[in-house]
Amino acid sequence: MKVNFEDERPIFIQIAEQIEDAILSGAFPEESQIPSTTEISVSFKINPATALKGINILVDNGIVYKKRGIGMFVSTGAVEILREKRKKEFYDKYILKLATEAKRLNLSKDDIIAMIERGFEK
Amino acid sequence: MSGIKVANVSKRFGDVKALKNVSIEFRESKIYGLLGRNGAGKTTLLNIITGKTFADEGNVSLDGEIIAENDKALSKLYMVSEKNYYPEGMKVSDAFRWTKEFYPGFDTERAVKLSREFGLDIESKIKSLSTGYSSIFKMITALSVNVPYVLLDEPVLGLDANHRDLFYRILIEQYAENPATFIISTHLIDEVSAIVEEVVIIRDGEIIRNESRESLLSKYYCVSGRISDVDGYISGKRVLACETLGGLKTAYIEGIPDNEAISSNLEIAKIDLQKLFIQLTNSQGGIK
Repeated sequence: MKVNFEDERPIFIQIAEQIEDAILSGAFPEESQIPSTTEISVSFKINPATALKGINILVDNGIVYKKRGIGMFVSTGAVEILREKRKKEFYDKYILKLATEAKRLNLSKDDIIAMIERGFEK
Repeated sequence: MSGIKVANVSKRFGDVKALKNVSIEFRESKIYGLLGRNGAGKTTLLNIITGKTFADEGNVSLDGEIIAENDKALSKLYMVSEKNYYPEGMKVSDAFRWTKEFYPGFDTERAVKLSREFGLDIESKIKSLSTGYSSIFKMITALSVNVPYVLLDEPVLGLDANHRDLFYRILIEQYAENPATFIISTHLIDEVSAIVEEVVIIRDGEIIRNESRESLLSKYYCVSGRISDVDGYISGKRVLACETLGGLKTAYIEGIPDNEAISSNLEIAKIDLQKLFIQLTNSQGGIK
């Protein structure tokens, strides 16, 4: 078995991911302003230092940047960077888990492939 | 140096040792969660910090100055407690006015605005307020007083879920815009877990944990699985407590999960702050 802290990761990582999701979905388009640390911490009811830590991950990865005195903005090209990053994570995050659970349930590779096809038809 | 420094403080009430040689620092502009079971010594500690009670031994200093009978130091502190110190017949609006006399930084406009948000009628008499509104009144004062150190003893006592939610939001907003040190003592640990940056756990008059929430939580985990698997895994480890459910067992462990756990049939999970608190402060169990 694999250690899975997936759902229990530190809050700052979850915050970074939530913002990433919003960028990927188009809710925060490139070059638009994202909510401030205060707004994020108030709405998630978390310590502002935690919110800042989450945003800093995005800054370090070039997803958002700071306009001095104004706030944080989504970088041009952020969506592309995030897609590439998420694709790399896809195997670890979904496929490995799926294979583990399938083995536990005695589902064969073909069963799974059939289910994937069904999933794509939806 | 800045912050509140409690040095070797002891306090007795008759035969009861409420605080046993407690030393701790509360640093500037951080939110602390002061956690302990009933009677652990939380309120006594807060009362000594704010000069409401005197220590038998030891002292408290604030920004380098001893607090006892030091008006200048005490004016930087504001404490909200369960007890009501306001005179009979005083109205909320009078209390705001008096608070302004003692704490010139008190923002009356903000207090009135917050009262409106919480539905508190400032013309009501303080003694006639319900438990919930009495808490709301005290907390509004604390969030408007603008001092560098705010101590909140059970701030959400009697508040319904909506008002607690509103309180946490306003607290965070206030802190983000105007950072001060907040020490929050509460039994609703789940609700403040993400808000506090530092955790202080007090048990039987002694501080048993004092570190950032993140670092504290990283030091514990729990494993569950078949009783025999769990028993095999936990031998030689520091175990806080165990629970069994039929043939399943869960063990709370101090340490970091190793490869053995990762490769075995055990489920590994983190422990949240409330669960950890319960394990650390249960009368039977817990590693000191």
